[in-house]
Amino acid sequence: MTTATVDTVELTMGAAINAALDEALAADPAVFLLGEDIMDPAGGVMQVTKGLSTKHGRDRVRETPISEQAIIGAAIGAAMAGLRPVPEIMIMDFLAVCADQLVNHAAKLRFMSGGRTNVPLTIRCLHTGGFQMGAQHSQTLEAWLCHVPGINVVFPSTPADAKGLLTACIRNDDPCVFVEPAALYGAAGPVPVGEHVVPLGQADVKRAGSDVTLITYGRQVHDCLGVAAALEGEIDVEVLDLRSLVPWDAAAMITSVSKTRRAVVVHQAVRRCGVGAEIAAFLSEELWGTLAAPVLRVAAKETPVPYAKELEDFHLPSAADITEAVRTVTK
Amino acid sequence: MTVDTATLLRMYRTVSRIHACDERLRGLLNQGKIFIFYYSPRGQEIIPAAVSACLESDDYVVTTYRGLHDEIAKGTPLRPLMAEILGRSDGTCRGKGGPMHISDPGSGVMVTTGIVGGGIPIANGLGLASSLQGDGRVTVAYFGDGAANIGGFHEALNLAAVWNLPVVFVCQNNRYGEFTPLHETQRVEQLSARAAGYGLPGVTVDGNDPVAMYSAAAEAVARARAGEGPTFIEAMTYRFMGHFYGDQMPYMDQAEYQAALAADPLPRFRALLIEGGHASEEDLASIEKEAGAEADDAVEFAFASPPPDPSELFADVYAEVRQ
Repeated sequence: MTTATVDTVELTMGAAINAALDEALAADPAVFLLGEDIMDPAGGVMQVTKGLSTKHGRDRVRETPISEQAIIGAAIGAAMAGLRPVPEIMIMDFLAVCADQLVNHAAKLRFMSGGRTNVPLTIRCLHTGGFQMGAQHSQTLEAWLCHVPGINVVFPSTPADAKGLLTACIRNDDPCVFVEPAALYGAAGPVPVGEHVVPLGQADVKRAGSDVTLITYGRQVHDCLGVAAALEGEIDVEVLDLRSLVPWDAAAMITSVSKTRRAVVVHQAVRRCGVGAEIAAFLSEELWGTLAAPVLRVAAKETPVPYAKELEDFHLPSAADITEAVRTVTK
Repeated sequence: MTVDTATLLRMYRTVSRIHACDERLRGLLNQGKIFIFYYSPRGQEIIPAAVSACLESDDYVVTTYRGLHDEIAKGTPLRPLMAEILGRSDGTCRGKGGPMHISDPGSGVMVTTGIVGGGIPIANGLGLASSLQGDGRVTVAYFGDGAANIGGFHEALNLAAVWNLPVVFVCQNNRYGEFTPLHETQRVEQLSARAAGYGLPGVTVDGNDPVAMYSAAAEAVARARAGEGPTFIEAMTYRFMGHFYGDQMPYMDQAEYQAALAADPLPRFRALLIEGGHASEEDLASIEKEAGAEADDAVEFAFASPPPDPSELFADVYAEVRQ
């Protein structure tokens, strides 16, 4: 939850992330950024780091070669030595290129060392889909990350949450992957000025309802709110934005679904072994006997992300898919 | 370069401690007293003994699963080291890392990785932290010849050069990547040739020669310490005990293997010390005896240490315990 009464300013998510980075760099000399194309004049492929190298210097906003293993490896080593690196992996799909550093090293060094070392780094990565960028630049891969103990997985849906969650990640003492939905970069919203932290593991009830809970995160929060609004007067839909997947807010899910007795999980990732499967299993374990219907999942179809607009639209979960699932569980 | 007597004897003490611990572990395996995968460093002891003689205690190293010699040379205390190898609660990592994942920040051993080449990119980060914080530390990345063929090696050497990092890359070229001789997996005669491709100095040195190894390490560490950037050292050596202990080594050239055994660096180092007038037979016997006693004490300590409590499982996954 955000602080009660604070000054806010209208910012896009991209600008909110820039503000969070700027404030973190200013507040803590241990924080530094590294990644491809992040320095000025480019300021990042989406201009999210614009102005930061000019303001904070190229030592602390460091350009790198296109070397994802070297980027994450350098971030790990620096984190172990007391710094708080914020590496950027340009697009989430490229996490595959540095998976060894992330999965076998960053995630496990605290554990393998018996707590004698830790890796406080925050990987920022862009998440696309819906932009006709094809199969290698459009994936939604958070389930990979959630399956590795030792990593926090964070997925904002609003500019304010982006600032607050990113700040929480940078201050967290463990590796965090902060997923930035490209579709939401340009959308503006009120963002608290100055200190703003959204603790990891706290979901946000975006809309209260009594008939069914839509559990979602990232871009699909807005799709779900649209469906809920469209169904108003017919079905009373609650929308729960998880905001962070690891750790997740188990209590918020139980509270909401205990009330509505029906849940639909909505995410942009493919269905099989996705986060939705974990949530469905969790709810059936916790609320068996309370549930009035099976927990349904609305997800992308089991294919690579295609290029042609018509195919990509068909691949991705749509508002119609969400509506249909809501009608099915409330029938 | 000449190396003074005190330094040579310091190196010999290190080599003796490594050798004693390695012997104890192989003995325990032979006797069926422990059941672990063990990657013996036998034959490669001189390299880290010489490198560590050039390092300060707060300098960093990263190493690999064949890292016992690197860890001992850097100063990891033998008791917790042996306890960790046996998976006990008093181990360096409270029994959760094991021999492939020794961490002992107190002695500068930051990462021991079981992934071939995985530590090399991380060494850059340690070096970067030293650059940014101005703490004057040097980072040494140890790895084998096999690691020079993994992508992270190439990315990391390039980045170290680009950022002019205080890192010394020490490739312990024991001529085998797991079960395959290196002529099957590379077309360059010497791996040090690759350094030129990234714009950093690359040297090949006889890693089993204490003076040559010390000289190369001293130069590289001095360069790094002075802010002059990274160096790649290819230290030629030989792996006496196969990939893991118990490996029957059918893939090894027998003539080459026998020649390597005949040129065992430990008796050669011993002879050098005596013939050079650095030490007497009695001096060396005393060093060896002391090392043996330390190793015995460490083994005894490890066996006396209880296994980790089940609750230990949930600690250190994250900063806070989550269940």
